Amino acid sequence: MEILWIVLGIVAVLIVFLIVVYNSLVRLRNMVDEAWNQISVQLKRRHDLIPNLVNAVKGYMDFEQETLTQVIEARNQAVTAQQAGPQNAGASAQAESFLTGALRQLFALVENYPDLKANQNVLQLQEELTTTENQIGFSRQHYNATVREFNTSIQTFPNVLIAGMFGFRERDYFQIEEADAAVPEVNLRTS
Amino acid sequence: MSARPAPTTFYREIDRNRRNSWLLVVIVVLVLAALGGAIGYATDFGIGGVIVALVVATVMSVGSYFGGDKLVLLSSGAKQVDLAKPPEQYQQLVNVVTEMSLAGGTPMPAVYAIDDSAPNAFATGRDPKHASVAVTTGLLEKMDREQLQGVMAHEMSHIGNYDIRFTLLVGVLVGSIALLADWFLRYTFWFGGGRRGGGDRDRGGGGAAAILFVVAILLAIVAPLIGRAVQLAVSRRRESLADVSAVELTRNPVGLARALRTIADDPEVLEVANRATQHLYIVNPIKSFEKRASSMWDTHPPLGERIAVLRNLAGQFGQDPERIA
Repeated sequence: MEILWIVLGIVAVLIVFLIVVYNSLVRLRNMVDEAWNQISVQLKRRHDLIPNLVNAVKGYMDFEQETLTQVIEARNQAVTAQQAGPQNAGASAQAESFLTGALRQLFALVENYPDLKANQNVLQLQEELTTTENQIGFSRQHYNATVREFNTSIQTFPNVLIAGMFGFRERDYFQIEEADAAVPEVNLRTS
Repeated sequence: MSARPAPTTFYREIDRNRRNSWLLVVIVVLVLAALGGAIGYATDFGIGGVIVALVVATVMSVGSYFGGDKLVLLSSGAKQVDLAKPPEQYQQLVNVVTEMSLAGGTPMPAVYAIDDSAPNAFATGRDPKHASVAVTTGLLEKMDREQLQGVMAHEMSHIGNYDIRFTLLVGVLVGSIALLADWFLRYTFWFGGGRRGGGDRDRGGGGAAAILFVVAILLAIVAPLIGRAVQLAVSRRRESLADVSAVELTRNPVGLARALRTIADDPEVLEVANRATQHLYIVNPIKSFEKRASSMWDTHPPLGERIAVLRNLAGQFGQDPERIA
């Protein structure tokens, strides 16, 4: 009779343990999903800002049409890639680094136009873009941190047993393609 | 300063600081227990004294837990910044705070600006959902984006590490020690000490009781000092933790190190700060000794040491430590 109680006790403890671990895995996985969504939010912000930037500088930079066009095209491609959804993450990441490269070139050119450099509008937009780039970067960084915690949790003992039972699978880290490799050469004016 | 080993990862530094701060808490608990025990034996209050002291200290702190941040903000003349439509001069500040809240996955705190030319900043709030950060206009003027980011990362790390709560916990414990010691010494002074009767017959002779009594008195005098010293040690550990947690957010130790250097070199005195709020700021605003002393009674580790830790981490991120200047 006593054996029965002991066994029941052990079973009860195991069930509680199972529940606790399962819940923590769910929580960690949800943090990963949320962090992923945050990245999309930041990317959208960046896409929306770029037309404003191009408009602000267009008047001053008549001779830099090539760069401006390149920026707009890169931006449009990034929007399309992102709208294709998370399955398309690789292509989206590449389109984004393309865009980063194009923007970097644009800002390098702005350095040659003192009027433009001092223009309040442009300065504000520059700050906007800087913070947007940073926010994208930090969102990705945080996403990777949540992936790390989740993966560690499902890999370590004893959670690994429960993770397998309920189908918790490892998530992939966010990896960036080399931005420079994706950007084509642009003909910069030297005069 | 002891020689530093080879460059370490910031995760290890974070763990070390956390561990040490909790060890210090254990020490405070032991001191409280020792004091309570000695007093309990020497009088017939027993454990009741410790419990009463804890309750009183907690009640005294409750106000500060729930409303403390409003009080601190008010007393520093901080003005809230509208996050939806910040004035132009605060746009970058709001952006940087946003970046840090994304990096940490924490909610946006309320943002305040203090009109003072001395560069400094502080954070307050019992948890990330009820948090505020405040920055002086002097800091905004004197720092570039990278430095500002480092400072805000440090402040928001305080929030993320629940440092206000931690400090409160330690404060309650140390406060209890002070209360208990105070009551006991007063009791001894007014009532001539000793047990009031009942029970002497069961416990040994007068000699042992007298020794215990002396021990209790000595503890009552020394314990509050030990408590205070440990409390300050805890404050220093949590400041170091905030520095390294900031690196976890920004992955840019040089940025924060440069910020600390700028604040250290600035001769101005922060007018709105005082002894009650000094521990909240990123660099102790009452810093006449900051550069020279490295005393047990400091709320913050010496700036040189803080910068050295960050310099040590710079290599991990491919940064050039010479930029710190």
